[in-house]
Order: sequence, then C-alpha cells, then structure tokens
Amino acid sequence: MTQTIAEVELGPDPRAAYRDTLIDLAAEDPRVICLDSDTGGLENTFAERFPDRYINVGIAEANLMTVAAGLARRGFIPYVHTMATFATMRAAEFLKVDVVGNRLPVRVIATHGGLSAAHFGTTHFALEDLAVARALADLAVVVPGDGRQIGAATRQLHELPGPAYLRLGRSATPVPQGSAPDFRLGRARTLREGTDMTIVATGAMPLLFALEAASRLAGAGIDAEVLELHTLHPLDRDGLLAGCRGRAGVVTVEEHRPQGGAGDAVAEVVSAELAVPIRRVAVRGRPGARVAGQRDALEAHGVSADAVVEAAGRLLDHTQNTDRKTR
Amino acid sequence: MAQRIRQDVIRMAGGPEGAHAGGSLSCADLMAVLHARLLRPGDAFVLSKGHAAPALYSALVQLGRLPADELDSYAQPGSRLFGHPAHDLPGVEFATGSLGHGLGLSIGLALAELLRGGDRRVYTVLGDGELQEGSVWEAALLAGHRKLPNLVAAVDRNGLQITGGTEGCVALEPLDAKFAAFGWQVRTVDGHDLAALHEALQPSPDGPVMVIATTVKGRGVPFLERKVAGHYAKLKPALVQRALAALARAAKGEPS
Repeated sequence: MTQTIAEVELGPDPRAAYRDTLIDLAAEDPRVICLDSDTGGLENTFAERFPDRYINVGIAEANLMTVAAGLARRGFIPYVHTMATFATMRAAEFLKVDVVGNRLPVRVIATHGGLSAAHFGTTHFALEDLAVARALADLAVVVPGDGRQIGAATRQLHELPGPAYLRLGRSATPVPQGSAPDFRLGRARTLREGTDMTIVATGAMPLLFALEAASRLAGAGIDAEVLELHTLHPLDRDGLLAGCRGRAGVVTVEEHRPQGGAGDAVAEVVSAELAVPIRRVAVRGRPGARVAGQRDALEAHGVSADAVVEAAGRLLDHTQNTDRKTR
Repeated sequence: MAQRIRQDVIRMAGGPEGAHAGGSLSCADLMAVLHARLLRPGDAFVLSKGHAAPALYSALVQLGRLPADELDSYAQPGSRLFGHPAHDLPGVEFATGSLGHGLGLSIGLALAELLRGGDRRVYTVLGDGELQEGSVWEAALLAGHRKLPNLVAAVDRNGLQITGGTEGCVALEPLDAKFAAFGWQVRTVDGHDLAALHEALQPSPDGPVMVIATTVKGRGVPFLERKVAGHYAKLKPALVQRALAALARAAKGEPS
C-alpha cells in the first residue's frame, strides 16, 4: 500500500457528523439532553427538533459540567458541548469532581481539538487536553482519526455506563483512501501491516502523517506497521503489545504535547512489557506567534510525515548499534 | 434536631483530627429545619459548603440514614465519614467540599425534575465565603434566568471566613440586592429562628428562592462564637465538656 496526503479526500465536517448522530440518538433515547455553552450550531438544529431537551447554560463551562452532573444523577445522559481547552482546563475541576468523581454518564463533546482552530490563536489551542482527560482515569477518551468514524464513536460511547470525552476537530480534514473504516471502541485499528517497526497515530492529521511516512519508509525498504489508537481510555493493551512486539522501535504521532498524551499512553503499556524504544512525535515549542493553518502549524512544530520518518530513522540507527539478538 | 447536631459537632471536633466546628454550628438550625421538617421523600439536598459535613452526618444519623455509632469514627482510618462528604455515603448524592459546586449541581437536579414533570424540590446550603467563587454566579445567573420554581438555596451568612470577616476579605454586601438582581426571590431571616427559617425556606412559583440566613459562627458554644479561630477546632476533652455543658444550659434557657 502506498498512500500520500495528496491522494486522499476531505472527510465530513466533524461537528456536523457528530450532531447528526446526536439527533438520531435523541430520537431513540429520551434520556439524551443537549447541554450547550453557547457554542453555536446546536440552537438551530438539535434545539429545533427537541426544544425541551436543549439547555443553553450560557458561556459558563464550569456550570456546564455541574449542571450536567445533576441531570445525570437523575438518569439523564447529558451531552455537554464546549471546546477541548475549556472542557479540560477551565472546567477541569468541575469535570473531575462532579462528573468523573461520581462516575456519571456525561458525554463531553470537546471540539477544536489540537491545532484545529489554528487561526484562532493560542487561547483556542488544545494541546494538553488529552493529558488532563487521561489523568482523570475513569473517563473514556476517544479521538477519532477519521471523520467517518465520528458517528460510530458517538454511538458506542453512548452505551457506556460512565463518563466519556470525545475530542473533535473544528473543521473537515482529509481521510485515508478507501471506504469508511470500522470503529471499535477500545480497540486499536491496524491500517497497514508491517514487521520492522510500528507507528501509532492518534488524531486525523497524525494518522495521515503516519501513513505518508510509512509509505516513504517502504520506499527505503523499511516495513512499518501503522496503528490508529483512537481510544486512549480504556487503552487497548493487548492490541498495542501485539502491534509493538518484536519491532525495532515504535514512533507515536499525535496532535498534542508530548507530556501525557497518546505517546505516554502507549509507553505506559509497552515499556512495562517490551524492550522496545519509543519516540514521540508531538507538538513542541510555542505555536501561535504567526497565523498558520492546522497542517502548517503542526508541521512547523514537530508533527509531520518528515518528523515521523526522522524518528523512525533514529530508532533504526539505534537498533543497528545494539545487538538485536538480545531482544 | 438542632441541639443534637451541635452536640455531635462538638464530639467530632473532640476527635483526633478535630472538625470544622464554627460553620457546622452556625448552620445547625438551618440543617435541622431542612432535614426534620422540609425535605419530603424524593426531595434532594446538596451540602454545597461541604466542610459542614459534621452537621450533615448528625442529621443523617437522626434520620436513621446512618448508624448512630458511626459518628464516633469521624475522620478516623476506615471510616466513611471524611472531613467533607464523600461519594457512596447513604444520603449523599454528590461528594462536596470544593466550594462553588453545589448550586450548579442543584440546578441540574431541579432541571431533571422539571423535565420529568415532577414536583420534587431541591434544597442546597451554601457558605457565605463560598460566594466568592465565580462558579456560584454562573449558576445563580442560570437559575434566575430559568426561573426554577423547585429550587431553594440558603446561605449560611455567618460573616466569617478563614482569615477574618467576609466584608474585610472580599465584600459580599449587598447580598440580597445581588441575588435579587440575578432573578432570585430573596428572603433574609434570623438563621437561628426555626419558625422563621421554616417559612422562608418554602419554594416560590416565581423563581428560585435564596434564603440569606443570618447566623453566628460557632453558635451555641461561647468560646467558639464569632471566633475566626473556631472555623476549624480540635477540642481537648475538657473543652468538649465545657461546650456540651454550655449547649445544655442554652437548651434550658439558662445564661451561658
């Protein structure tokens, strides 16, 4: 398989894809409540269809979480809507204490994940949200890597008894070639088989970079496996170990800081069991000084196909300098 | 019930870790009226000022929700009774203690009841220092905006916080005007007058009710009353006896 970004087409608008599923779920399940923090786009869709089940708390993210916890305590399933940075940073303690602390089935729909609102500037970047969400421990955390998975992800999260965090981008991003992929909550997805090394990608742009890097590595005779890790909690321990065992190394790619994100999640599982080096491709430095689009901003701050290829090369150099027979 | 709440608070403050005595004593009458008289089956109660947990534990014991001897375990290893109410404790729907959460939680419960077409009520007790938390005002705006007819909140207005008076720290007054401006039905009462509290804590069809209960921090125990240091007290046995004796005298109408 050879695949480059140039060959792929644009996926669905993530917020629209999610919203369509939410409206379907609300029609099926009277427990669904749409809690809005004046994000825009729900008042003229969900609210028109289900006016009694649409509650706009205003621009008040802390209260968004507490009100949701109260509703969930009485048997409703509140879907709360805000941007990823506000959900996990501004409202973090309310999410922790009221929602996760009580293990209530609130669904946190966190849009503008990563650098997907790149032109909005630093206040709207969410490069730490996955670290916070993962640290809450009892929160399911999903980052669809393909816009066509959003509907299935939303539906599968709906069935969980506890709280969930769904990170979405702001706008449509390209999707890999081929038909819409299967989505299985809690299971890493293999996009490309390989035996030399493994690239684990979380998020839409990282997944495209991983595929492009794998294609270029193949041209250099290196056979890389590509795994999509869309669920960071619960983590697919078995899938990760199977995908990384016996490899020269693992490169993780994510639209997040290296601290606490997908790379750390992979390392938590893999480094406990396997003597395989792991290199993280993640956002470094300080984006936000000059306007750039999502892809350009990522590439300028350490997340690109080039960065994946380079990380892979370093792992292979490292391996050549050690005795592979001892592995 | 209020008298026994005060006695229990003092006993817990005499335990190895001490207790938040001042603010538990100030809201004892409020807690008693709510739990002994107002809360009907299915009504909800949220202790937003979670540090008044000793008062809540006593009320739950008196209602038969917790075994009486469990109070002896307060804050000791193995106990379910933390310094602030924890999850999974019978009679406690939300772990509280981080200030500024209870009003929003209560709004969620009240909205759920309205969505179901029920007539159950939600009561919550806030501290006055707690009102310095911004999240209280996010919640106050929303409750007023939605004119929630099944929500009754009360502020234990004892006037003190850890470093001194609320007005010297970050002033709250005029508190009644603030909540009225946010769309609440505001009622200011003597927070130690049981009959007045009972009347003030009735819900209003016109919107959420905020009872500003004027109280004395440490109420009932002279050496704790109006004392900033009484916020958290670890009482030696002699002081426990002095406090219980003062409560007994007050109950008989004798001077302290």
